[in-house]
Amino acid sequence: MDSIQAIQKDIIEDFSFLPEWDERYAYLIELGQKMEPLPEKFRTEENIVRGCQSTVWLHSECNGGTVHFKADSDSLIVKGLAALLMRVFSGQPAVDVLNADLLFFEETGLNKHLSSQRTNGLMAMIEEIRAFAKKCQAEEV
Amino acid sequence: MAINIEKIRADFPILSTEINGKPLIYLDNAATTQKPQQVIDAILDYYQHYNSNIHRGTHHLSNLATQAHEAARDTVKNYINAAHDHEIIFTRGTTEAINLVAFSFGEAFVDPGDEIIVTELEHHSNFVPWQMMCERRRAHFRVVPFDENGDLRLDILENLLNEKTRLVAFNHISNSLGTVNPAKKIIKMAHDAGAAVLVDAAQSVQHIEHDVRELDADFYAFSGHKIYGPTGIGVLYGKESWLEAMPPYQGGGEMIDLVTIEKTTYNQLPFKFEAGTPNIVGPIGLAAAIKYLNTLNFDEIMAYEDEILAYGLARLREIDGLTIYSNAKRHASIMAFNFEGVHHFDLGTLLDTKGIAVRTGHHCTQPIMTALGIEGTVRASLALYNTKEEIDILVDAVRKVLKMLGK
Repeated sequence: MDSIQAIQKDIIEDFSFLPEWDERYAYLIELGQKMEPLPEKFRTEENIVRGCQSTVWLHSECNGGTVHFKADSDSLIVKGLAALLMRVFSGQPAVDVLNADLLFFEETGLNKHLSSQRTNGLMAMIEEIRAFAKKCQAEEV
Repeated sequence: MAINIEKIRADFPILSTEINGKPLIYLDNAATTQKPQQVIDAILDYYQHYNSNIHRGTHHLSNLATQAHEAARDTVKNYINAAHDHEIIFTRGTTEAINLVAFSFGEAFVDPGDEIIVTELEHHSNFVPWQMMCERRRAHFRVVPFDENGDLRLDILENLLNEKTRLVAFNHISNSLGTVNPAKKIIKMAHDAGAAVLVDAAQSVQHIEHDVRELDADFYAFSGHKIYGPTGIGVLYGKESWLEAMPPYQGGGEMIDLVTIEKTTYNQLPFKFEAGTPNIVGPIGLAAAIKYLNTLNFDEIMAYEDEILAYGLARLREIDGLTIYSNAKRHASIMAFNFEGVHHFDLGTLLDTKGIAVRTGHHCTQPIMTALGIEGTVRASLALYNTKEEIDILVDAVRKVLKMLGK
């Protein structure tokens, strides 16, 4: 498994090949469509991350200090963003998740383009991931 | 068409902006309108030449600012045909205007067991303040639903009205669907039952008829920024008799007559409802916007906007699978839609990459979305500077975006 840093570098490089924003969105949509479907049993009220406009489901697991995530959204673009987060964080040691600098949103310009991040629940997703990693590290889950 | 759209567009500098390398197509006018150069100049002129506090200065600049501020009140009065300048209260916006009435009217006229009627078509700002007032005054909160076309069920309103009804609040145009409510008829029905009426004119004052005396509205509220003026300024019109009988909304400077440790007496209208240093430049910018509209022929504006709207709805209906939620008997300015199996956020976000500004979501009207059984819509909303060419670009872009989303 590559480090969080290395994966983020890959993502930044992927986006650098797509200069136009409609290409970048097309890529995000493709990532969303390709994402492994979230099993029905995980689409629970408990797993909903409240975004302003779209619904995101985030299922988290902790195995021996390593965190695993699965996600889904009713918005394809948000699903694509969730796929990027899964790629960066799922399967990583909880301690690395907590110490990671989240660079790729800024470096790809995604943060500026998705103007108010609260509209897509993205920040809420990241907060959930970090909160879960903290619990996993403390062996509370 | 006598209206000169090219000239009007040239008056709004922002319309020549490019977004993502494409010319801006601004279709989010129900959220806020763009400003003509005349408004921008009036604001600049104030700060450059006569910025000063008002109503209390003994100096030249203060007199100039006071005169401009009060002349703006007169401009607003004339635009909505109020009887007196002091029936025009400046507020932060429609929301504050409604909250003012919900508080002060509630204190004076609403007792436990009384009833307030709103409609299911309301923006949260004409819904929640009345719910809060009903809780505070232990009054009953009644809601008139709308039918499958987005028209209010006036038969239900008729049944809800009774001798306990103190006030009916409704919007002249729904910000979410574009329904034009039959304001004169609703006001007559409410008055016949002995109830006062507040009209939320945030979406109507810039688009359709806006004569408060012709409507016979008791209260009428709107925002400057939706009528081509600046943000942070709104208007509450109230009939003198109501405003005189209502207690102040907020205490502070400006609204007082005499303050002693024992008791404070209040200033006369409109200052009784304008505590603190007001937004001085706001009314000046708003008046510039109204004066700008006054240079045009309002009947021509209405006819032109109707034509663009009818064209837009017809063009959108050409897209198979598109559901349009704007189907009321009379309808203005707003085109709300969804495409089956596509999230409104995705549609709106991708339209932005084409330089098209629309709004997506529940538009602060969650009761409407609940009634329609949806989470939200894409809303394209028009103003006097939009064109058929822009509609064509929108329709073309919607088709392209749907293709991107695999539809």
